[in-house]
Order: sequence, then C-alpha cells, then structure tokens
Amino acid sequence: MSGHSTYEFKNPLIRWFDSRLPIFSMIKAQAIDFPTPRNLNYWWVFGGIAATMLVVQLVTGIVLVMHYTPHVDLAFDSVEKIMRDVNYGWLLRWLHANGAAFFFLAVYIHIFRGLYYGSYKAPREVLWMIGIVILIVMMATAFMGYVLPWGQMSYWAAVVITNLFSAIPWVGETIVQWLWGGFSVDNPTLQRFFSLHYLLPFVLAALVFLHIWALHVTGNNNPDGIEVKTEQDTLPFHPYYTMKDLYAILVFFLVFLAFVFYSPWYMGHAINFVPADPLVTPAHIVPEWYFLPQYAMLRAVPDKLGGVVVMFASLIVPMFLPWLDRSPVRSLRYRPLTRFFFWLFAIACLVLGIAGAQPAEGAWLWVARIGTLYYFAYFLVILPLMGKLEKPKPVPPSITDAVLSRGGH
Amino acid sequence: MSTSTMQDVSRRDFLYVATGAVGAVGTGLALWPFIDQMNPDASVLALASTEFDLAPLQEGQGVTIKWRGKPVFIRYRTQEEIKKAKETPLAELKDPIARNLNLPADAPATDENRVKDAEGKVNEKYLVQIGICTHLGCVPLGEAGDYNGWFCPCHGSHYDTAGRIRFGPAPRNLDIPPFKYISDTKIVIG
Repeated sequence: MSGHSTYEFKNPLIRWFDSRLPIFSMIKAQAIDFPTPRNLNYWWVFGGIAATMLVVQLVTGIVLVMHYTPHVDLAFDSVEKIMRDVNYGWLLRWLHANGAAFFFLAVYIHIFRGLYYGSYKAPREVLWMIGIVILIVMMATAFMGYVLPWGQMSYWAAVVITNLFSAIPWVGETIVQWLWGGFSVDNPTLQRFFSLHYLLPFVLAALVFLHIWALHVTGNNNPDGIEVKTEQDTLPFHPYYTMKDLYAILVFFLVFLAFVFYSPWYMGHAINFVPADPLVTPAHIVPEWYFLPQYAMLRAVPDKLGGVVVMFASLIVPMFLPWLDRSPVRSLRYRPLTRFFFWLFAIACLVLGIAGAQPAEGAWLWVARIGTLYYFAYFLVILPLMGKLEKPKPVPPSITDAVLSRGGH
Repeated sequence: MSTSTMQDVSRRDFLYVATGAVGAVGTGLALWPFIDQMNPDASVLALASTEFDLAPLQEGQGVTIKWRGKPVFIRYRTQEEIKKAKETPLAELKDPIARNLNLPADAPATDENRVKDAEGKVNEKYLVQIGICTHLGCVPLGEAGDYNGWFCPCHGSHYDTAGRIRFGPAPRNLDIPPFKYISDTKIVIG
C-alpha cells in the first residue's frame, strides 16, 4: 500500500531501468500485489468500467476529430459525412455517442455504490471529493460534445445551458456574451466548445489518475465497511480483481455494443437530424437521459436564479457528504433505517429523471418538486439525523469474520 | 548580528516581495488577453441595423426576422389583442417594467410603453420584440399560452398579447429592441 517495493526483478535490463525510474516497481506494487479486500462484490467493478469508458471516449473522439469540422456552415454536414462516407465512420460516431451515455451509467452506479457502502467516510474524503469533481467535469465535457453536431437539439442545448449563467445578478449578461463570443450562440461558440471538448477529457484523465492515487493511499472500502486489519482480509489485485474486472467489463460491453449495433439512436432525439436553426425552438427540448434529474430540479423552482442555484447545489452538496453523515459505521448493511432512506433516495433520483423528460407543467412539476425536496433533505437532514439517532447493528470485528460468518471461504 | 547583516536581510526581503509582486501582477496582466479573446470582437460589435417594411403585414399576422443573430418578432395585433393588453391592470403583472430599450429603464409596462419607438412614436397595432424568452433563451411560440400571446415550450413561460410575462419561470417581459419609425409603415431596428 505504501513504501518502496523491495522486490528484486530477475531481468537485469528491467532491474537497471527500475533503479533509475521505478515504473516496474510501481506497477508491481500498485497493479499486481496491491492488497485488495477479499469481500468486494460486483458493485465494485464499475470504477474499472468507467475508466475503460473514458479510454473508449478518448480513442473514438481523437479519430472523429480527423473528420469533423467545427464551423456553423460545415459541422452538421461533416457529421453526416462521417456517418455516410468515412470508412467505419458510423461505428466510430455511434461508439462515441453511446459511449458517453454508458460512461455516465457506469459512473452513476459507481457513485451510488459509494453512497450505499459509505465509501466517502474518513479516510476517503479526498477520494470522494475528487470523484464529484470528475462528475462535474464529465458533465461539462458531455454537454459541449453534444453541441458539436450542430443539429436543432445541439443548438438549443447550447442556448439553454449558456443562458443558465444569465441568472447571475448584475454580471450575468456580460458573462453569457463572453461565453458566446457574440450576441447569440454562433460560430465563435461552436469553435470554443470544440476546443474545450478536446481539452477536458485529458483533464478528466488527470483527475482519474489523482482519484486512483488517493484510492491507493487509503485502499479500497468494502461491502462491510470494515478497514483491512490483516493480510488475511485481502487478496492481491492480480489476478483476483484484474480478472473479475475484465469479466465485468466484457459483460458491460455486451450491453453497450448491443445499443451501438442494434439501436444506436435509442437514447437520441430525432430532431437533432434537423440542422440548427436560431429562429425556431423545437416544441419539446429535453437533454440526454443522464442530465434529466438535474434538468427536473432546474425546472422545479419557479424562479430563474433559484432554479439555477438548486441545480448547481445538487452537484456541490454531495461534496460535503463526509461531514454531513457522522455515523461511525460505513456500510448501510449495518444501518437498516438509513438503508430504507437510501433506497427512497435512489427512487427519488429515478423519478426526477422521469419528471425531467416530461413537459414542465401540471402534476409532473409537483413530482419534480417533491423529488428535489427529498434529494436535498437526504443529504442535509436525513443523513445528519440518522448519524445521531440510528443505533447500527453490530459490525463484525474484521472482514475475514464477516465473510466466514456468512459461510464464505 | 551586526547592523550591516540586518540591513542585508531587510534589503533581501524587499527584493523578494518586490519580485513576487511584479510576478503576480505580470501574470495577472498576461492572463487578460486569454480571457478577452473570448469576448465579442469588433466585427460582431459593429451593430448592424435592419430595416423592415410593415405595409405587407395583415391584421393578426406576425413575422420573425433576424437582427444581430437574434429572432425579432413583429406582429400586427388584432383589436381584440390590443384591448386585452390595455385592460390588464399593472398590478397583475409579474414584471411591472416596460423593458423597452427606447424608454427609461424604469418605465412602467403599460401597453403604450411596449410599442413606443425611440422618438416616442406610438402605433399600437405593431408590436416589435426580441423573440427570446427571458428565462433561458428559447424562442417562444406565437398566439399560444394561457394569455394567447406567446408561450415558451422549453420551460412553460406564458406571455400576454403585449409580450409581458404573466406566468412561469421567466423573470422579465420580452425585450423591446431599439427601433424607430422612418415612415408610417417602415421601421429600422438597431
């Protein structure tokens, strides 16, 4: 977990190199021998899946740029050229477009796993907070990528999201014009979005590196939420978890590729096949599914600034989770009452997602309001109170005891 | 410690602080071009004005034209629409300000103030507005919504027949661009 590896490599060339730049020792210590809790369940595979999806996005994205033109007059046509003319262009684009959605799917499951098993608690606060920053940067990246094809949905997504900043008192209009580079979303906007959409994935890669670094300082949390005490509690990362993660990645790819090959536009909106028109807003604009809960919260508040504040707060509040939930017990396995509220929270997020896809009127508006209220209450009221009120079930003394008591081996 | 070293120390401190300050200010100044490059440039700022001939418009007909890359709604309002807009008491309005760039910033949102041009000319038949919802920038639909004015499909804002926000998340009435009548049936926007 820490300290210099004392392993002596047999190959003299590797030994020579490693004593000058210890890459091989690092790989041996962090990716092969790394002591990993023996009781990790399948919810622990989504971090590795998310990292794999980032690589998929980087590789497909870099080759798509070889054919895409970031200009208002050419962008839409260049994307159509990718779809029709470029060799395997259709495959690259569908991998990239669906890859974004599946990247979010993996990351959301990864986050809910952290919520359920208390992975944000000491000493993993920094690890958790870097994770939230990764989510926010991912959202910015995905949004700007969505604008690039310059269809109707792309254009109006850019209009609505940049206009969020106009809610800032006094300087809002100035900021929005600065973001646009003009008086409306236009060519300067498209070009800067393209530039940033290329940059941010590399920022993400750097953040993921920090995230994994922080993970390797504290070691993994686990389903029982008990710290590793002896070597008996752990397994070496390779081959036990390399193989398990690989298996999970393959299963995940089966689903991902099923969408790519058989229903690549299932999550898309037909109106984005109409080129951007600044004079006509589509009758019903909706973001991609992975932004729907946040979108529902934005619309739940009948005040412009209030809606924007609530939406951004929904991303910032989880950052403070390590200090909001003070219960000494990590895993909700041993906190039945909090577990009940957790599942309500998961349902609230799903319901918010459904409400975000509906027109903002009538009963759905109230559903979104109740969902938004519960979302914030869970973090700001329920978890702090549960830490004080709930008496957790007895926690086994060690991971090994927990595994053996369930008849494991 | 001798006096000469003391002097040396304070001299060195001064040099450190001075160097640091110059470095910080220099970095700050160097940052500005990288921020300002994103602002609208002179070619965008060069304010194009658009002329529009109102004569072909029929009563109850509205058109959308483009000015500075934005949609502008020009509508020949029906007598019914004008009557409804005039009868609305100011107290019922969500935003009591005219939002007419040709008038002082605090002019009340009377129907008359919504149609006044830069020279104070009023032709209540013609309503000229920037067709951008003041919520998050979508283009509202005409002759729609609870007040039969404009309705924004994105987040459900309802505007009345004078383009004033009546219900929904939008904070302000639709903006009236700077415009003036150059004849009885011709206007210039911008």
